[in-house]
Amino acid sequence: MNAIAQPINPARLVARQQKVLQDADWVRWGLVAIAVGFITLFICVPLGLVIFQAFSKGIAAYWSALSQPDTLSAIKLTLLTALVTVPLNTVFGVAAAWAITRFEFKGKSLLTTLIDLPFSVSPVISGLIFVLLFGAQGWFGEWLSAHDVKIIFAVPGIILATLFITFPFVARQLIPLMQEMGNQEEEAALSLGASGWRTFWSVTIPNIKWALLYGVLLCNARAMGEFGAVSVVSGHIRGLTNTLPLHVEVSYNDYDVVGAFAGASILAGLAIVTLILKTALEWRQANR
Amino acid sequence: MSILLSNISKKFGTFTALDNINLEIPEGELVALLGPSGCGKTTLLRIIAGLESADQGRVLLSGQDRTDHDVSQRGIGFVFQHYALFRHMTVFENVAFGLRVKPRSERPGEAVIRKKVHDLLNLVQLDWLHDRYPDQLSGGQRQRIALARALAVEPSVLLLDEPFGALDASVRKDLRQWLRNLHHDLNVTSIFVTHDQEEAMEVASQVVVLNHGQIEQQGAPGDIYDNPANAFVSRFIGQTNVFYLEEQDVDWLQTAGLSNAQRQGKVAHVRPHDIIIEKSLADGDDGFVTLKDWQHLGSLIRIELVKNGSNGGTASIYAEMPNDQFRRLHLSRGDKVDLRIRHAHWFH
Amino acid sequence: MSKSSIMPGFRPTIGFTLIYLGLVVLIPLSTLVFKSFQLNWDDYVHIITNKRVLSSFRVSFSTSLAAALIAGFFGFIVAWVLVRYSFYGKRFFHALIDLPFALPTAVAGIVLATIFQPSGFLGKLLIDTFGVQVAFKPLGIVMALIFISIPFVVRTVEPVLLEFESSMEEAASSLGATRLQVFGKIIFPNVFPALLTGFALAFARGVGEYGSVIFIAGNIPYVSEIVPLLIVTKLEQYDEVGATAIALTMLVISFVLLLLINLLQLCGCASAQDNSKEVRT
Repeated sequence: MNAIAQPINPARLVARQQKVLQDADWVRWGLVAIAVGFITLFICVPLGLVIFQAFSKGIAAYWSALSQPDTLSAIKLTLLTALVTVPLNTVFGVAAAWAITRFEFKGKSLLTTLIDLPFSVSPVISGLIFVLLFGAQGWFGEWLSAHDVKIIFAVPGIILATLFITFPFVARQLIPLMQEMGNQEEEAALSLGASGWRTFWSVTIPNIKWALLYGVLLCNARAMGEFGAVSVVSGHIRGLTNTLPLHVEVSYNDYDVVGAFAGASILAGLAIVTLILKTALEWRQANR
Repeated sequence: MSILLSNISKKFGTFTALDNINLEIPEGELVALLGPSGCGKTTLLRIIAGLESADQGRVLLSGQDRTDHDVSQRGIGFVFQHYALFRHMTVFENVAFGLRVKPRSERPGEAVIRKKVHDLLNLVQLDWLHDRYPDQLSGGQRQRIALARALAVEPSVLLLDEPFGALDASVRKDLRQWLRNLHHDLNVTSIFVTHDQEEAMEVASQVVVLNHGQIEQQGAPGDIYDNPANAFVSRFIGQTNVFYLEEQDVDWLQTAGLSNAQRQGKVAHVRPHDIIIEKSLADGDDGFVTLKDWQHLGSLIRIELVKNGSNGGTASIYAEMPNDQFRRLHLSRGDKVDLRIRHAHWFH
Repeated sequence: MSKSSIMPGFRPTIGFTLIYLGLVVLIPLSTLVFKSFQLNWDDYVHIITNKRVLSSFRVSFSTSLAAALIAGFFGFIVAWVLVRYSFYGKRFFHALIDLPFALPTAVAGIVLATIFQPSGFLGKLLIDTFGVQVAFKPLGIVMALIFISIPFVVRTVEPVLLEFESSMEEAASSLGATRLQVFGKIIFPNVFPALLTGFALAFARGVGEYGSVIFIAGNIPYVSEIVPLLIVTKLEQYDEVGATAIALTMLVISFVLLLLINLLQLCGCASAQDNSKEVRT
């Protein structure tokens, strides 16, 4: 699993020059053609289509679709969700990485495995478990309805499901890095008389800042884009509990193609920005 | 099989790795390519193997031009610096690899392969490890397995890239002797690359000294030591004292035995064992040499002398002599000594 | 039990980690197990052996398997090309590989549905030239899952290819192996474990995937209805017990499959280590 989220330095992808490692030209170009064709078909074409469809009825239609009140409230809810979940999971990620990489304790590898757990749970199931907890028939269902608190089919449910889905992202990035770094620098700072906080801010954070940003970036992309889990707990109430991805779905199912793709284009833009920043951070980390 | 290299040149970008190399290696020799790091010795070895192609020049094996032959068709055995054992195969499969990849018409039967691999593993004295994987072996064992693997295809030339470079000092000593004996038994033309002059002198029958992509000297180890072709070789092979005659007191050197008549250059290189010392009886003040310290190098003593120049500077001179001879001189630290130079190499 | 006595902050960080993990992940997940206690075995079997449920399992696992295999094959080529060759636009393609990670699944879903629906530009092309309909068929699900699977395969294989010791290839060549033999006997066996991992990750993700699939699948019961959709359907009918039973089954099957693949890998690697206890000389 490690390999997935770990950045690769793009600069290392330089073709080698030794003689025996060279394949025949027809092999090289054949494979490049297959790879490029495959990526074009499955990645470039879909990406281009989002843009094309969004503007298929012209700029004006695009704007009016985006300025619908439902769209705007979906954007707001999406931002709110990210604003709550990303900082919480970031604090958690740093704390967990600190505890796991700076101390020895029993059950450490179990803890590391448990942190990864949300990655291997289907998004739909991630939504389902919160329905089981807080839904009408759930554990706290009666108590909640007696006190008139709504979690499922309301904003808190969306936030909780997103919190679950994006739970491992930051910790995942930090744990291997901090493990590799060791704690000598921190020990040096402490031995020179720095306080724990001081050591953390002026020694640890500067060392992990790019990986931390990387984790936050991926966490944010997922928080804003999550669909399955959120769809289960949201109830799809327009203007109230629709995040942008849900708004896209609802519009699409209503045959509002421009509306759907207008929303989708924002999310695609988010994905592209994420990819660009991610590539930039990979360069950064490589040249650290 | 003899090896002939003519006009080999190779550049990496703007860096000239090899500059017009001409080299002939007679059949059956065990040759060391010796030089400091970055001198092009590994590149030269890889060009002979066909792992790298030269920008210009030809590679002839047994008189036949093999420049355009692929590495897999050159019939060479190559032992890599870090062995490059196939880590997903057992020792047995590693050694058998070269036989198994032969075209079907040439491929020996399973029983023949089995016998041959075990014979080779016995030759390198590691048959008991045949079902191990490379990461379960020590460095010295890996080295010998890599050699067995290269020998399996009965190469006409054996090429070894820094064969002892990655080994502990003690293992290295044993393996040197072992490689020499093995070469004696198999008599296959072999070339190995090393940056360690002691290793080259000890193992090789011929030494080729490279520097900055050029051959400085080629010859038997004794020849190279006794008659270095230039200042670089003289310094690189063995210990040497360097006297710059302009800076030194010429008179003093003359009394030490380097007369003006012998001068053939401005710089004299003197091997430590070519310096003979005796307790000085003179009381002269300038230009005298004192004994600073000495170290035991087994049967020899290395003596560190300090010469005070007339201009006030000091210079260190090293001499070597047998233990008992030194003891007979009854010298102690700070004693004045007389010094005589038996032989010097002159360079410009 | 800290390894370094002067390192501060163990209690607060481990405390926060455990509480947060419990609240956000463990307690919610445990509801799956507790909810299933409401079922007796017969009810459970009754729910799971329902024809529609069984066929959704068949659809989910077979399409995920097909997609992971196809993505495994092409993903390997992509990783190979990105690591080994240089060509114009390589950096661009390298960055694009992660798009399926970054693009929200709903967006991927509507885009793929639009492309492959019978009136879409690839869908029309495929129907006109090959008579193959992609959308609203299992084939459509496979297409969506291939999209999702690409980065899993490429990103696991890439680092292994990058770290691969080129001297092993040179050694094989110097022993007379042809290029094809070098690939088959040296490179592929060394990269295969990573490929298997990538395949497994893609497969596991594919089984649980929802957003990118439902638009293109058409969700026709017995034909193109996937397990996650059935869970959502059950929930919409307020059948939480039924949803839980299906969800738990899917989770368990996925975990067992992942475990099997991990074991398979361990066996592969263990053969290289089973003698390691013996003394090295």
